[in-house]
Amino acid sequence: MRFSIYRYNPETDREPRMQDFELKNVEPGMMLLDGLLRLKQQDETLSFRHSCGEGVCGSDGMNINGRNGLSCITPLNGLKEPVEIRPLPGMPVIRDLVVDLSQFYHQYRSVKPWLTVHEPETEVEYRQSPAERDKLDGLYECILCACCSTACPSFWWNPDKFRGPAALLQAYRFLADSRDQATAERLQALEGPYRLFRCHTIMNCAEVCPKGLNPTKAIGHIKELMLKHMV
Amino acid sequence: MLVKSAVPIRRFDTLVIGAGGGGLRAALQLSQAEATVAVVSKVFPTRSHTVAAQGGVNAALGNVTPDNWHWHMYDTVKGSDFLGDQDAIEYMCRAASRLVVELEHAGVPFSRLDNGKIYQRAFGGQSQNFGGDQASRTCAAADRTGHAILHSLYQQNIRAKTHFFDEYYAIDLIKDAEGAILGAVVLEIETGEPLIIEAKTTLLATGGVGRLFRNNTNARINTGDGMGMVLRAGIPIEDMEFFQFHPTGIAGKGMLITEGARGEGGYLLNKDGERFMERYAPHAKDLASRDVVSRAIATEVREGRGCGPEGDYVLLKVDHLGEEVVNKRLPGIRDMVKTFLHIDPSKQPIPVFPTAHYTMGGIPTNRFGEVVQSGADGGEEPVPGLYAVGECACVSVHGANRLGGNSLLDIVVFGRAAGNRIIEYLRDHRYHRHMSWPGVDGALARLARWDQRGEGESVAQLRNELQKAMEHYCGVFRTEDVLREGLEKVKEIERRLADARLRDHSKVFNTARIEAFELENLVDAGLATVTAALARQESRGAHSRIDYPERDDQNWMKHSLYYKEGGRLTYKPVRTQPLTVEPFPPKPRVY
Repeated sequence: MRFSIYRYNPETDREPRMQDFELKNVEPGMMLLDGLLRLKQQDETLSFRHSCGEGVCGSDGMNINGRNGLSCITPLNGLKEPVEIRPLPGMPVIRDLVVDLSQFYHQYRSVKPWLTVHEPETEVEYRQSPAERDKLDGLYECILCACCSTACPSFWWNPDKFRGPAALLQAYRFLADSRDQATAERLQALEGPYRLFRCHTIMNCAEVCPKGLNPTKAIGHIKELMLKHMV
Repeated sequence: MLVKSAVPIRRFDTLVIGAGGGGLRAALQLSQAEATVAVVSKVFPTRSHTVAAQGGVNAALGNVTPDNWHWHMYDTVKGSDFLGDQDAIEYMCRAASRLVVELEHAGVPFSRLDNGKIYQRAFGGQSQNFGGDQASRTCAAADRTGHAILHSLYQQNIRAKTHFFDEYYAIDLIKDAEGAILGAVVLEIETGEPLIIEAKTTLLATGGVGRLFRNNTNARINTGDGMGMVLRAGIPIEDMEFFQFHPTGIAGKGMLITEGARGEGGYLLNKDGERFMERYAPHAKDLASRDVVSRAIATEVREGRGCGPEGDYVLLKVDHLGEEVVNKRLPGIRDMVKTFLHIDPSKQPIPVFPTAHYTMGGIPTNRFGEVVQSGADGGEEPVPGLYAVGECACVSVHGANRLGGNSLLDIVVFGRAAGNRIIEYLRDHRYHRHMSWPGVDGALARLARWDQRGEGESVAQLRNELQKAMEHYCGVFRTEDVLREGLEKVKEIERRLADARLRDHSKVFNTARIEAFELENLVDAGLATVTAALARQESRGAHSRIDYPERDDQNWMKHSLYYKEGGRLTYKPVRTQPLTVEPFPPKPRVY
């Protein structure tokens, strides 16, 4: 199986380049990560992040034949050859497939992604009905792999101002939580032309999310809440 | 070779190495107490392996079945095959409910019961009333409990403004002439530059060493880094012969299928369609302790009752639970099985086989999270300034076999306990000790060693051989001859490691170099595991010797301690005295 992989080492390369690789003995059921690990045995200098190997840690987001995804849950079988692997788009490249996600994490932290309760703490759990808890499904499962935000043109243009789909999904995860008491502050913090409203419902985020989540929908819900709070 | 004085220094009250649940829970405690905390992690915190825990966290909330902490304690002691330390177990089980409520308050999206309380499911080895009916004690967020807990703890740490060193790799502890730990030398992965982090207290929360075995449920980062650091600092590691094989890894691949699948009503079948666990554990059946179920599966396969063309796995059936239960309670499993096996578990059974999962052994600590060593008076004393929690540590609450749902509990309970102990220590020790420059030498030499160029075996080659050897010579069933061979094999790999060479010598994000450091830790942990397994002439918990099939409380109800120097072993007694209740004396373990 043939691969064409983005290579860049700032110590030795003035410019990025694409390198061809050939993988022999591809076994059925192999994932792209298995393939990359074998290629790394051919060429130890090939650098990429990875850890859990089962799509829950979110380390190995990359651009695979033009589409963002996790290498560990992308089957090799069915990928068009040569498989073109590039780093997540729009982020500064540290080396090869490793990108600098500082801005992505900054946007995540900026939405204050933690449960806020103003009342005194009880000694038992806060009550939440199964129906209220169901509202968190499709939100809390985010693994911060950055596939969505780095597929979003609005995030490419304004990574410093637009929170991006991943952070906004988290913002809504807390707005949707029946236990959270910071709705007004959360909504206020998303006002203005950029932070939330740069989303033009292009839907790339939902399209690429390896966990099947839908940030665009969450963003829509935030906008509805804002309207409700204005009247 | 680097000039020591050129290495930059950062100073904190506390250095936490590892950003899984244990490290983050401790960091939170410390940040809230206004200590300055540096959390060093080789991956971004939410990539830590806590994220992969599925089934849940045990606490006797009694939301589903009547429950109390004392029953939980009994189950944990019995589950440990009476090797667990009963003071620490009592402490953990008593603290559990409070800690789970605290997690819920921190934002963890637990699944809910109709009355709005936290959902609890049945898990292996859990009983009511000291061995009676099955208990539902495991608090779950669907089958993504670890993810939910890790993310919530990280979020709370952002709120508390904990200082993170993301993607820094800890090379070695810095130890002074009096044996106190002064921090660590770490490597910034992005730049390849070393950094000294000086701290009055250092907490290791580096996780387990599941990557020792070829087929495992663990992330690639689980390479026993803390254990390696401690061994190189001359401190022993405890009970390494006890390695848990989870009964239900996806056959041939290793991904974990939570015990929650059986907790929700799933069961195991052999090729004859028989529910074989009824033979091995007539009472608890599929929800017996993990060691029991793993041995049962391995026995079925060895005796020719395995499924598939090679007869090398058994089937885990959950399809009878219906699509709704699978979607609601086991959505992560459903997705994973679809991704890796292309089958729908709500329609077809899942091929499973015991898979290396959890390190019961580790860095010896007391129930305050202090790392302990043998003192001058023959008793134990803390290593000044050094703490450890979670899978890298051995408190020991898991003894010879951990119960499902007790690892997430372990990390939050002892993360908090260590945080509190560190706060006390900081109160009494207001200033940093003098830097020990000789203590830095070892770490810098370790760095320089991998700069050597030329021909030599690759790290990947040696790691593959180590993993195969551990699986072959030190698996579910063990014997003297096989272990002896295994020990030679691992020693040979250790010798060859000295001549291994990297091809990649660049500084920037050199993952090959990190893997080399990790392999050194794996080899040390492997030697400890095989050495201790060879010495222990009994079967207890996860350590199953065909040549010594019985548990031997007379001679072996004791913890092993392995020292790197000379590969020597010593032993220390099990702490059988709980804090306030009567001890649970050893008795035959039947499920």
